[in-house]
Amino acid sequence: MYVPLLVLILNSFNQSNISSWPIAAFSFDWWQFAATYQPIRTALLNSIIVAAGSTLIAAFLGTLVAFALKGFDFFGKGTVNLLVVLPIALPGVVTGVAFSNTYNTFLSPAGFNIGYFGMIVAHATFCIVMVFNNVFARLKRMNPSLQEASADLGAGLWQTFRLVTFPQFRTAFVAGALLAFALSFDEVVVTIFTAPPGVDTLPLWILKEMSRPNQASVVNVVATLVILISLIPVYISQRLSRAPDEVR
Amino acid sequence: MSTQTTNAGSRPISAYLYKRAKLRLFGLIALPMFWIVGVYILSLFLLLITAFWFVDPFTSKVIPGFTLDNFISIFTVPAYISTSIRTLLIALAVTGLSVLFAVPLGIYMAKIARPWVRNALTVAITLPLWAGYLVKIIAMRLVFTEEGFFNWALAPIGISGPTFSIPLVILTLTYLWFPYMALPVFTAIRQIPPNLFDASSDMGAKGFTTIYRVVLPLIIPAIIAGSVFTFSLSLGDYLVAKFTGGSTQMIGSIIASNINLNPPVAAAFSMVPIAFVLIYLMVARRTGSLERM
Repeated sequence: MYVPLLVLILNSFNQSNISSWPIAAFSFDWWQFAATYQPIRTALLNSIIVAAGSTLIAAFLGTLVAFALKGFDFFGKGTVNLLVVLPIALPGVVTGVAFSNTYNTFLSPAGFNIGYFGMIVAHATFCIVMVFNNVFARLKRMNPSLQEASADLGAGLWQTFRLVTFPQFRTAFVAGALLAFALSFDEVVVTIFTAPPGVDTLPLWILKEMSRPNQASVVNVVATLVILISLIPVYISQRLSRAPDEVR
Repeated sequence: MSTQTTNAGSRPISAYLYKRAKLRLFGLIALPMFWIVGVYILSLFLLLITAFWFVDPFTSKVIPGFTLDNFISIFTVPAYISTSIRTLLIALAVTGLSVLFAVPLGIYMAKIARPWVRNALTVAITLPLWAGYLVKIIAMRLVFTEEGFFNWALAPIGISGPTFSIPLVILTLTYLWFPYMALPVFTAIRQIPPNLFDASSDMGAKGFTTIYRVVLPLIIPAIIAGSVFTFSLSLGDYLVAKFTGGSTQMIGSIIASNINLNPPVAAAFSMVPIAFVLIYLMVARRTGSLERM
């Protein structure tokens, strides 16, 4: 499963422009080029901004839902769970088209131009489930009597949350947020439909360049970069959310 | 307890909320629900409405109205029907292939591998999931081009690999979504008590029979959970078809190509994967598979 990715990474060092195999000569040329090429830098910045924004929103909303579903039994609980998962279970085209339709057919003619923020809204929506899953799983493992003890000792709700609950699920929270970031960073299909004209995120830039075969190796460089930027948060996230009994 | 009554006065909000569970629940869930329902579900709903509208042939603007033409065209235009069926079959193939690889792998990881191998494999399966969707498509393209890695590696045997076509689409889609199937299956197999395997072989079943008659029925919820992703994501995919499929058309391709010029048709077509996924999710929920995702 790793072979295609390795081929891609190796190809980013391919001196020639054509992605043929075996690689005739290796060089860093394309990496240097990519580092100074303005469209790539702008796209990278956009990706980071969108990912950061969506992660913030998703982390906040996802945590809220996790607490709601963990501490209470109510009618429609399963439906809420379903709704949280839906943005990620539905194909990206559908989500993208739905948002794009709302923005273009309904909001724009009404004078409300959502533009850049529209990307963040869309990304946040499918990132919620990432945070939710992680926090919820951790909440289930937590001991509720600690909260009760805190209340017995006179702490208010916010105080209990801040001093007792949050430290306990903090790592799961960060893990979920990192996953959300990675997901948003690498997302392309929904972005295709929600990005304002002229704005690129890194994966979107790659997509547009793919139809130009001459730039193949630069694309490989950027793609390798995307792999790295996506993998690192995920790796950290995995280590953070490992249960104490699994750590050796 | 006297301490509590004294402090209740200094924390009126907390005391108030503590007694009213419903209010706390509402406070927690209001904002996320507003977002998901008010923003996302509403968008889906608006999409549904758009599917009933017209496009003015002269100005290409969407006009509110009511027509069933868009939906009818899904069933009458031959290209649409064949695309839908093709996509359905591809999605089924991807799911089947994923199960085929996931079950033996799951058994190996759960029952045979040593703990460190198991952990390493778990990480190894999950990590590529995050390498990036588009990146993996490029990678597969790279490997399977004419002068690519695959042909070079198999040249000594004299086989040349699949070109950009449906088999490659199926292969790439399986490559993409395999972790979604492998993980729930692995978790489920792990939970099968080992004495069931012993009992099965006591009764004379060989390996294959045990898998078929003992393991599979027990992990069906997990397979369903995994297949929600492999199926629906394949059903709605369009980039894989575009970049590794040559001229293969899938439902996603049609939706994407229509959204700008003919939103109502694209909207109508989007209802197909939506309807499918909703039904699938509702069925899965009844089997309790949703918790396994």
